[in-house]
Amino acid sequence: MYSNGFFLVTVFFLAVLAATKPMGAYMAQVFEGRRTFLHPLIRPLERLVYRLCGVEEEREQIWTQYAGAMLMFSIVPLLLTYLIERLQGWLPFNPQGFGSKLMPPDLAFNTAASFTTNTNWQAYVPETTVSYFTNMVGLATHNFFSAAVGIAIAVALVRGFARHSAQRIGNFWVDVTRATLYVLLPLSVVFALVLVSQGVIQNFSPYTVVKTVEGGTQTIAQGPVASQEAIKMLGTNGGGFFNANSAHPFENPTPLTNFLQTFSIFLIPAGLTYTFGRMVKDTRQGWALFGAMSVLFLAGVGVTMWAEQSGNPVLADLGVRQDATATQPGGNMEGKEVRFGIPASALFAVVTTDASCGAVNSMHDSFTPLGGLVPLVNIQLGEVVFGGVGAGLYGMLMFAILAVFIAGLMVGRTPEYLGKKIEQKEVKMVMLAALVLAGAILIPAAASSVAQFAKNSYLNPPGVAAANTNNGGPHGLSEMLYAYTSAAGNNGSAFAGINANTPWYNLTIGMSMLIGRFLMIIPLLAVAGSLAAKKMIPVSAGTLPTHNGLFVALLVGVVVIVGALTYFPALALGPIVEHLLMYQRVLWS
Amino acid sequence: MMRQFLPALRLTLVMTVLTGLVYPALITGMARMLFPRQAAGSLIERDGHVVASELIGQKFTRPEYFHGRPSAAGDGYDAANSGGSNLGPTSRKLADRVRADVAAFRKENPAVKGPLPADLVTASASGLDPDISPESAYLQVDRVAAARHVAAQRVRQIVDAHVEGRQLGFLGEPRVNVVRLNLALDAGLR
Repeated sequence: MYSNGFFLVTVFFLAVLAATKPMGAYMAQVFEGRRTFLHPLIRPLERLVYRLCGVEEEREQIWTQYAGAMLMFSIVPLLLTYLIERLQGWLPFNPQGFGSKLMPPDLAFNTAASFTTNTNWQAYVPETTVSYFTNMVGLATHNFFSAAVGIAIAVALVRGFARHSAQRIGNFWVDVTRATLYVLLPLSVVFALVLVSQGVIQNFSPYTVVKTVEGGTQTIAQGPVASQEAIKMLGTNGGGFFNANSAHPFENPTPLTNFLQTFSIFLIPAGLTYTFGRMVKDTRQGWALFGAMSVLFLAGVGVTMWAEQSGNPVLADLGVRQDATATQPGGNMEGKEVRFGIPASALFAVVTTDASCGAVNSMHDSFTPLGGLVPLVNIQLGEVVFGGVGAGLYGMLMFAILAVFIAGLMVGRTPEYLGKKIEQKEVKMVMLAALVLAGAILIPAAASSVAQFAKNSYLNPPGVAAANTNNGGPHGLSEMLYAYTSAAGNNGSAFAGINANTPWYNLTIGMSMLIGRFLMIIPLLAVAGSLAAKKMIPVSAGTLPTHNGLFVALLVGVVVIVGALTYFPALALGPIVEHLLMYQRVLWS
Repeated sequence: MMRQFLPALRLTLVMTVLTGLVYPALITGMARMLFPRQAAGSLIERDGHVVASELIGQKFTRPEYFHGRPSAAGDGYDAANSGGSNLGPTSRKLADRVRADVAAFRKENPAVKGPLPADLVTASASGLDPDISPESAYLQVDRVAAARHVAAQRVRQIVDAHVEGRQLGFLGEPRVNVVRLNLALDAGLR
């Protein structure tokens, strides 16, 4: 149903567009410390937090202090989560009696790193591994923390552009507290209740055992799902309460909850483009970023929806009907839910990887090769299409710096962006961040495709690392490539057939997540510090305007070219060759 | 950096209490008050015991019931172990499984000619999909009617009554909830 898909994407895009300005203006108010309509309710709570934590609200930090605070507020909760996981057998809210043995050190490290870095990669099966306490206190808290950190970093970088001849870029503790109290919590409360009204569960009951209609038994997992689901989406975290994530009927019961979940991924990141425009006092600059993001978003949705609706020729040969009619959805339905069908599954897959969300409402591993290529590429481009909360904006600003640098090289002028000269230091830091991402993806993916282990070895019991894949041939390579792409990009979605719960994968993927998060944030904070210190130079005839169509095209071009140059060889060996072989009917065991 | 340690520790503890305990407790309390049925899992009772959640699919194998989609959750519709097959488009296992399911469906429903709807022979993402497409339900009407010794027309009417359209007219796909359909059959036809 292409017409229905087209309509869905149009409504979705218009909804995001309509929400961008109010959301962005509100966040600008919050982070500039101005009064909002929530002040009477939240301001006393905010003050209380500062008092309890010994934070001096007015005292701003230079970039190294800001970075140090960010690191500390990542390490401390990471260790706390590790402890909770390891001790869950002795902790409350554990009606299923999940013991600590289920969370060995390598898995506990991987999971703690995963939630700390806003990745939410899950090497474990939640409903058979973690207690309600671990989910709530150990994991869902990071959904708030890591999202708040992302927003804080983005705001700090924007201050770098907005200020001049300044040393300080804000107070980390204040930014994180405000992001949590004024933005994430109120939205989560409202969204969680809407989700419950549609059927998302919220309880602390033990799993329900039912005698089925045919007389068998079925054990139905329960838990405090809605509260976690809301922040999972709004904070672009993506870690499911259940293994099936947003495909599970208790996480995402209706097409309406599905639409709202898709929307809630983009809500804050899209709003931040407007916040950026507001804070640098030129909203056209924010809309230019929004425009570049929209181009990449629509292109991705178009390809994935077309590829998935076209279906799998191998199944067509077996007598399976894959064209849509009024009474059946058609297309590649393996790994998809009937209530969502093809368009809403394709849209979700693109949105969750445009952003660094990583929630899934369908199994990307079972997508057609080209349908699965788009999510993979989206993450590899740096998740700058609206992107993770905060992470998308600072990622796109990184590319904007690169774009003006390249434009400057072409015309032979010193590049400038938003009245700031872009010099050696900024470009070096930006390139460092870009290279770190590529390295954290390609190096361990290549290593895993050749790593040799003995059968039943500690590091990888199945034997060679490539043996952990669920599919042979090029699709197996795609599974490994996707795993490290998702980790370094802090996405968390997966070609989930891969058995990544072995010490080798848990440790290497955990490292990729940490590198992809912190070696990206720290260079960008350095850029923020260095930009804040610069003088503002007035616009002249030689200034490249960065708010028009030409700049949008240049920015899109830079994002695509950097991505293509880095990842095309790997993609050619994975999804691209698989696409060609699929039409030759070549199958793999 | 060590100067940042104490504030980090204090903020971690304060925010953990707020977002990890107070927030979920608040949502649980409000959910129980406003939407008690949904919060508990939309459970359905029959003859005094819980027979299903209307959101969670079940395994149906007998001819007098409508059958749902293939499930990769545990050994089929294991609602404590959700998940998809994660088989890729060029997987031989996928092709073999679909071939076997197509053959089995044709054997159970000999009247059905022509290709089968994709959703009927593919595994869902959750393994717990409660729905099938209307087409997949209509193809099973003759078999169910024969097994229950009733006219196909009566079964078809019950299916018709259980077809849900797109939500708000444009969201999702038309569908039939197999659990509710089968419960309605048991209630309406003996």
